[in-house]
Formats: sequence, C-alpha cells, structure tokens
Amino acid sequence: MSTTAFAALVRRDLYLYITDRRAVIMSLAAPILIASFFGYIFGGVANDAPSARVPVAVIDNDQSDISHRLVAGLTADRALEIRPGTLAQARDAVRGGKTTVAVAIPPGFGPQAAQSLLGGGHPPELQLLYDPSHGAEMAMVRGILTQHVMESVGAGLFGGSGGGSGGGSGGGFAMPFTTREEPVTARKGVEYNAMGHSFAGMTVQFILFMGIDAGMFMIYQRRSGIWKRLRAAPISRFVMIGSRAASSALIAVFIMFVVFGFARIVFHVRVEGSLAGFVAIAVAFGLMTAAFGLLIAVSGKTPEATRGLAILATLLLVMLGGAWVPAFIFPQWLQKASFAIPTRWAVDALDGVTWRGLGFAWALGPVAALLGFTVLFGALALWLFRWDEA
Amino acid sequence: MLEAKELRKTYRDLVAVDAISFRARPGETVGLLGPNGAGKTTTVSMIAGLLKPDRGEVLIEGRPVRGDTDPIKRRMGLVPQELGLHDELSAQDNLALFGALYGMRGAARRRAMDAALDLAGLADRARDRVRTFSGGMKRRLNLAAALLHDPQILLLDEPTVGVDPQSRNAIFSTLEEFRRQGKTLVYTTHYMEEAERLCDRIIIIDHGKVMANDSLEAVRALVPNVSLIEFEIENPGEGEWYAPLRLVDGVDSVELQGTLLRVGLRNLAETAPSVLEWLRQNGRRYSHLASQRADLETVFLTLTGRSVRNS
Ligand SMILES: Nc1ncnc2c1ncn2[C@@H]1O[C@H](COP(=O)(O)OP(=O)(O)OP(=O)(O)O)[C@@H](O)[C@H]1O
Ligand SMILES: [Mg+2]
Repeated sequence: MSTTAFAALVRRDLYLYITDRRAVIMSLAAPILIASFFGYIFGGVANDAPSARVPVAVIDNDQSDISHRLVAGLTADRALEIRPGTLAQARDAVRGGKTTVAVAIPPGFGPQAAQSLLGGGHPPELQLLYDPSHGAEMAMVRGILTQHVMESVGAGLFGGSGGGSGGGSGGGFAMPFTTREEPVTARKGVEYNAMGHSFAGMTVQFILFMGIDAGMFMIYQRRSGIWKRLRAAPISRFVMIGSRAASSALIAVFIMFVVFGFARIVFHVRVEGSLAGFVAIAVAFGLMTAAFGLLIAVSGKTPEATRGLAILATLLLVMLGGAWVPAFIFPQWLQKASFAIPTRWAVDALDGVTWRGLGFAWALGPVAALLGFTVLFGALALWLFRWDEA
Repeated sequence: MLEAKELRKTYRDLVAVDAISFRARPGETVGLLGPNGAGKTTTVSMIAGLLKPDRGEVLIEGRPVRGDTDPIKRRMGLVPQELGLHDELSAQDNLALFGALYGMRGAARRRAMDAALDLAGLADRARDRVRTFSGGMKRRLNLAAALLHDPQILLLDEPTVGVDPQSRNAIFSTLEEFRRQGKTLVYTTHYMEEAERLCDRIIIIDHGKVMANDSLEAVRALVPNVSLIEFEIENPGEGEWYAPLRLVDGVDSVELQGTLLRVGLRNLAETAPSVLEWLRQNGRRYSHLASQRADLETVFLTLTGRSVRNS
C-alpha cells in the first residue's frame, strides 16, 4: 500500500473539510445550538405520557400478605412491566437504562402500613431508585404505586372491599407509607443532566450529515476528472476508498470531541463513565459514518439526486435512533425494532458513558454493534461500487 | 511503447468502440480524431486502465497492466477531458496531491511541481485556489498535473478545449518537445489542424468505428486539400452571374446562398488570387471574406459521404 498516497488523500479531505466554513459550522455549531435548545426544553420536565409499559423492578423484602398483594397488583397493572431481582441487580438495570424504576419493599412494610393507614405508628418507607432521564414515567409510577399500596393495604383491613372506600374510622386516613427516592446516575451526588442526552442525539445527527457530505464529495469526484487521476495512478482500491473512510472517521471523532467539549464546559455534561469507552464509541461511530457515506456515494449518480434522499434517510435514522425524542416514549415494538438502527446504539452508547457513568466493558457492546453496522454498510457499498468509469 | 489490440467496448447495445488497434513507439504521436460521441474518451479510458475492454488488450512495453498497483502504470500520464482538479485547493496543493499518488514526496516532488508550474505558466499563481483560475489556466494545470511523475506515455484527452491561441501554442510546443524527448503521445481532438500539426499517425473514428488509421501523409492523401472561401456579396441580384467562376482554374465548386458566395478550391494559395481577380473584373463588391481550412468536416465528408452534423 502506498502510504504517501493514503496520507496525501486523507490530508486533502481534512483540509477541504476544515476550509469549508459552511461544513464546519454545520457540523459543530448546529449540534451545539440545537442540542442546547432541546436540552433546555426537555430538561427534567415531564414528557408526554409514555406509550409503552414502564419497566419496574420490585424487590419484596417483606413477604407479608399485603406485600404479596401489592406485587400482584403492580404485576397486573397494564401500565407496568414488573421484573424480579435483587436490589443490586435492579440498581444496575436502572443505571443501564433497562429498568426505569426499582421499588424496594422493606421488611415489616405490611403491618406498619396497615397501622399507619389507621393513623397509628410511623409509616414505612419504600425505597425508589429511578432513571432521572425518565421524569415523566417516574411521576406515573409514583401515582400507580400509591394506588396499589392503598388497595393492597385497604384490602387487608377491609377484606378486599377495595382500596380506601370503606367507612373511615377516626379522623380520616393517613398516607400509609413514605418513599425515599434516589435518582440513579453515575454515582451518588452526580445529578442527571438532560443536556447529556440532547448532545448525544445532536452530535450523532450532525456527524451523519458530515457523512453525507463525504459521500457527495465522492460523487463529485467521480464526475470530475479527479477520479480518473486516482484510477490511473498505481494505487490500490483500498487506498482510494480507505483514505476517504479514514478522513471521515477522523472528522467524526473531531466533531464528537469539540461538541462534547463544549457541552462539558457550558452545561457540565461529563463523561462520568469510561473515557476510553467514550473514545471507542466515537471511533466506532466515526467508522460507521464513513461506511454510511460510502453507501450514499454508491447509491446515486448525481449529487443533486442523492442529497435529498440521503438527508431523508439520515433524518429517519436519527429520529428512530432516539436522537430527537428519547426512544423510551416509542411504542414497545418500535423500541425493539430501533435496535436494528445504528443511531439507536450510538445514542444509547453516548448516554451510557456520559451521564449514566457506565464502564468500558459495557461500552464494548454498543461498539461491537456499531462496528457490525460499519462492516454491513461498507460491504454493501463496496459490492455496489462501480469501479469502471468511461 | 504502447499497443492497443482490437479494443472493443459496448454500453448495453451501443458499441462505443469497435476494434481499435494501433501501436505508438517512443517519439511518436497518435491522434484520435472524431466528432462528439465517436468513442475517443472510451478508448483513452481503456488504455489508461479505467475501463475494462469487452475485448482486446492494451500492452505497455509489451505486457498488459496487472492490477491496480502495477508499477508499470507510472509510465503513463493521463490528462482527462473533464478537469481533474480540486477547485478549493491551490494549484500547488493539487499538484502535491497528484504527485503523492505516484509516491512522490519531499524535494523531488517539490522540483517536479516547480517544473510543471513553469511549464503551465502558472508559477506566479501557484498559491491561488484553482477556483479563481480562468478556464484556460485550469486546462494548463490539468495538463501539468499529468506530467509530475515524468511519464513515458502521455494520454491527452482534448487538452486544449477553451484555451486561447497563445496558450494553445505553448501547449503544442511543450508536446512537441516531449515528442523530441522520445515520449509517446496519444492525442484526442475534434480538430484536423491540431492533428496535422502534432501527429505522426491519425486514427479517425466515428460511432466507435475506425474510418482511417494511417500515417499523417496517407490520411492527407485521402482528403483532397480543399479550402473554402466565403464572400459576403453586396447586392448579389438575380440570376446565375457567378456560374462562370467555376471555369476559373483550380475552382471546384461555387454556390450562392442569399448574399453568401462560397467558392471551394483545391489550393488556397494558388487559386484565391484568381477568384479575387475574377470578382473585381466582374464588378462584384463584397463587404467581408473568410477562408476555412480542410477540417474534420471535410475529412468526414470524404470518408463517409455524410457531414458530421447529420451523422
Ligand atoms: N458510462 C457510459 N454509459 C453509457 N454510454 C456511454 C458511457 N460513456 C460513454 N458512452 C457512450 O459511448 C459513446 C462514446 O463516448 P465517448 O465519451 O468515448 O466519446 P468521445 O469521442 O470522447 O466524445 P466527445 O468528443 O464528446 O468527448 C457515446 O455514444 C456515449 O454516449
Ligand atoms: Mg471525449
């Protein structure tokens, strides 16, 4: 392989990118501005009602009649999807974004709750661990939980006649429990930052736009005589295509670092998890973008005809990947289906290593998925690539 | 030495190039002449290895090119018909990149770039972006970019399109110098006079078919040395007053269309004075006169019996 040619081609691509003010502004300022805006309006504020069942882990340390009834009630609730497990497992699941809320029922909860419902004793305390990026669902789970506690405690007292509607004794019911709520983030004391998700989404979007530009350049190059010069020179196809992939990946990593650097300084979005993981994700997504750009380059003959389609495809990818609105508000089937989309992995991965504070080992999963998409797109692009040009 | 053997290329049912063969030795220039769509670029692309021929083969120094990275490709330099330049890079950066494609670097590349820029007359614009160049300057840079690695065989696909007469002359002198140095040139053009000036061998193609493939002298002999003089006649009036002009020695044809009198002759230098004299003697005044050389049109008419535009 000719390293001189490879390096010269990469240098050319980087130079053309950096001297194209429009491209640089588009890929750096646009994600910063839009992510700031989204982060601002979504920040901690409730979203619309979720349309999928909320995954909730319930840990029953009481094992009383009342707690059994409570678990059964929650399990029967159509708004929730109840998962068993230990508290430690549940904490990890919340942290990883797989479970939204974990409810731990303390020993002695049943009797104490019954007592305090009638106005005596201390109300027992339910421990709630929740994913702070899912503010709306947490509010909903809180409401549903209260309803089921009232029903199960009431049923114990009044023989199943229904929660709280029986005649009152004394000066009315007291709330039979309290909660201790703890948002699960990277570690204790780190606050959830809505900007994190917003920046993940917008960075992914605008890096893909950069990928479109890279694809457009390949098409332009083919239509001008530049491609003929490349083909006439004694360089391999790997140098021709690989150099473009390398420069796209480098630009993607550059954008990732600048935009997240900005988010860190201005909005305190930090890589709470593994920095190596963040770098690995940036590189994997950069490579994925390069392959995506190649796929665009082979899918059309003229830049004009291809650009529109490429932008549409990118916006769909970005939307389904959960970059605009978090994927958890999608219907269940779509949430599952969106794992077939590379952007979903990228956004989740960036969420994971930033505010969720997940480690390098966790990051390997999404990195592998992104590399898988890279291979898939790259192979497809090479297969469709027409080398001959009159 | 470059050898094309029975090259053929089809696009669907269109035969773009049909069985072109020629041999070009060191110091020889082969001209590929033909109208738009004749198959010139397709032929050059097959020679440069950009396009795989359906049939036939190309031999460089007696052997075919093996694979994309075959070092023998260094012996060839391609000047593409479409400008192969980056508008957003300077002339110098463009050349540096194209040099690097041939593994050139450092001082050697620097020297080659300076020489190429000098040749193109662009030394003082080296740092300017190509975007700011005129069409002719871009053409010259397009040529210079193919020379960096000092190729033995130069493939030139219409390198003088849109170039002014001075620059064209400069390019021609450069090419003639290359020929003297023993380089092999393949030159495509629409223009007979370019081919006449530069080429030792001329291949005329039309619709991918070879109409003539011979030395310059032999092709010239195929085409009578026809010239045309056109007069813009004042008050041409009625009747065939011009008919007797045909009797003037050396005049082949005479026709009048509106005010335009066209006189075809075999030898401009010998016959033109007689034609002018005849008009003077007959009291015919004209406001404008122009002569045209034997061009591809004439060659075509002779070889195919049809004009280029009707084909
Ligand atoms: N990629 C292609 N696909 C289909 N047809 C093609 C392609 N390239 C060329 N052709 C056809 O092949 C024929 C020869 O084209 P070519 O470009 O070789 O002509 P040319 O002699 O170079 O013409 P010009 O003087 O206009 O440059 C034309 O009819 C053209 O339409
Ligand atoms: Mg052509």
